[in-house]
Amino acid sequence: MKVVVDEEHKGQIPATINKLSFLSRTLNNRTALLYLLPSIVLFSVFVFYPMFKTVYLSFFLTDLQGRPAEFVGLENFQYLIQSESFHKSIKATLLFVLYTVPISIVTALFLAIIANEKLKGIGVFRTLFSSTMGMSVAASSVIWLFLFHPSIGAINRLLSIFNIQAIEWLVDPSWALISISITTIWMNTGFTFLILLGGLQNIDENLYESASIDGASFWYKMRRITIPMLSPTLFFIITITLINAFQTFGQVDILTKGGPAESTNLIVYSIYREAFINYQFGTASAQAIVLFFFILIVTILQFKFGEKRVFYQ
Amino acid sequence: MINKWVVYPLLMICSICLIFPICYAFFISLMDGGEILQGQILPKSVTYQNYIDAFKSVPLLQYLWNSFIVSTSVTIGMLVVSSLAAFTFVFIPFHGRNVVFFIFISTMMIPWEATMIPNFLTIQKLGWINSYEGLTIPFFALAFGTFLLRQHFKIIPLELYEASQVAGLSQFKFFYKIVLPVSKTSLVTLGAYGFLTTWNMYLWPLLVTSNDSVRTVQIGIKQLQTQEIATEWGVVMAGVIIVIIPALLLLFLGQKQLQKGLTQGSIK
Repeated sequence: MKVVVDEEHKGQIPATINKLSFLSRTLNNRTALLYLLPSIVLFSVFVFYPMFKTVYLSFFLTDLQGRPAEFVGLENFQYLIQSESFHKSIKATLLFVLYTVPISIVTALFLAIIANEKLKGIGVFRTLFSSTMGMSVAASSVIWLFLFHPSIGAINRLLSIFNIQAIEWLVDPSWALISISITTIWMNTGFTFLILLGGLQNIDENLYESASIDGASFWYKMRRITIPMLSPTLFFIITITLINAFQTFGQVDILTKGGPAESTNLIVYSIYREAFINYQFGTASAQAIVLFFFILIVTILQFKFGEKRVFYQ
Repeated sequence: MINKWVVYPLLMICSICLIFPICYAFFISLMDGGEILQGQILPKSVTYQNYIDAFKSVPLLQYLWNSFIVSTSVTIGMLVVSSLAAFTFVFIPFHGRNVVFFIFISTMMIPWEATMIPNFLTIQKLGWINSYEGLTIPFFALAFGTFLLRQHFKIIPLELYEASQVAGLSQFKFFYKIVLPVSKTSLVTLGAYGFLTTWNMYLWPLLVTSNDSVRTVQIGIKQLQTQEIATEWGVVMAGVIIVIIPALLLLFLGQKQLQKGLTQGSIK
């Protein structure tokens, strides 16, 4: 290992050779510790400790202050397995992921491809396409709450022009989750678009040029150049979108409050309700553990299967 | 690559669909109650009364100020903490560097929502409910930030580090006199990203604020919505427009920067 002696320690050189060599040998370790200390302390207090505490709490029944009151072992998890409400929550979460992730990616990819053309004024379109990235979940949800309004909202007004009967977007159990998904897809577009556009711009132009000389069609170039070269970026954005979908909360809180008939009670909303409305910190923690495993599985699967199909430059 | 007479109409249609909700909210904010109830899309006459009412019905200025303080503090705190960590991982060879880096990265796999219950209890114990500390400090350390900056610091040639040592520059001086200025663009990217996410944060402020003193603007929108929904959609939309303007401005100014910085971090 390279030994680094900085200004202050140079003066000590003649003093004690032994002590110096120990000091300078550990100097890097001590400096590293000092620089990493803020991160280590914060991660310990706000990530690792609460993770263990969540596991711990999931084995207990708690009082109203969240203090563990009675050890119940795995009973909280058994309760969840039997709870119909939790089944609904898991089903809603998985359906939500299925509705939002593929459509978000495909939409954003389409937008990125058309916005990657070198045309006059393309910058304006790029800015417009990325605009939903700046929209907060609260602002977006309130806007969509109005768009979904059964009588005066724009969507049903538009449908009425085509003589389609008004839909009770947020009140009808068969439409509520779809409404939340539409809102989410809209919100995802900006960020997903921005990342994919960046990926497209990193592809070497020469590849397209030589393909064009060979007379390759648009779809051929898409399949043989764009998608393979974009795969690392696609891989990254699919993982992020999946994980975000599992963490959805704000849309549910503002648009439906988990209803109607618990059809939109996504897992994070379910945890929130259990912990901060019903004060059942034990069962809420057990649900949090389930959420943790969901995300862990997604990450592992992504790395296992995604990696193989990814083409690295 | 594609015929421009195909692309332009596509671009137009997609833009209109995508920004329609934002424009619609803006139009609604300019209408009076009667017009809104008729289900108009474009306002016939323009009124600013909704904006005045929005400021009257909730302390919106106070909320905007709170959000500004919170977002700025998180941005600065995050940049300091992440850049120190990233610098250490790149330039200081210490025992167990790979293990420590792996532990840092593993925090990205723990969703914030899975740990929010104990975190809420911790904040409560520290007496940080309704305080700026509770809203900011938990977000200072960010594995993603450390990772992103590490990717950029790695580009700095090691020779520069060796030369600075020969010149007698201490590690810390090298860090803030050379590494930070050289990496200005990636710091700006991460800063803008941090500011945007904090400005738009919803669940955590909902949990740790119970009065107006430090409540952020996002919770203000929810409050406005629950208070006014039955009668005054115009006021609610005026509130929404006020809240999204700072974030949209920041996004439009930094869009190119964000795109470049985030993509580089994602694929290298």
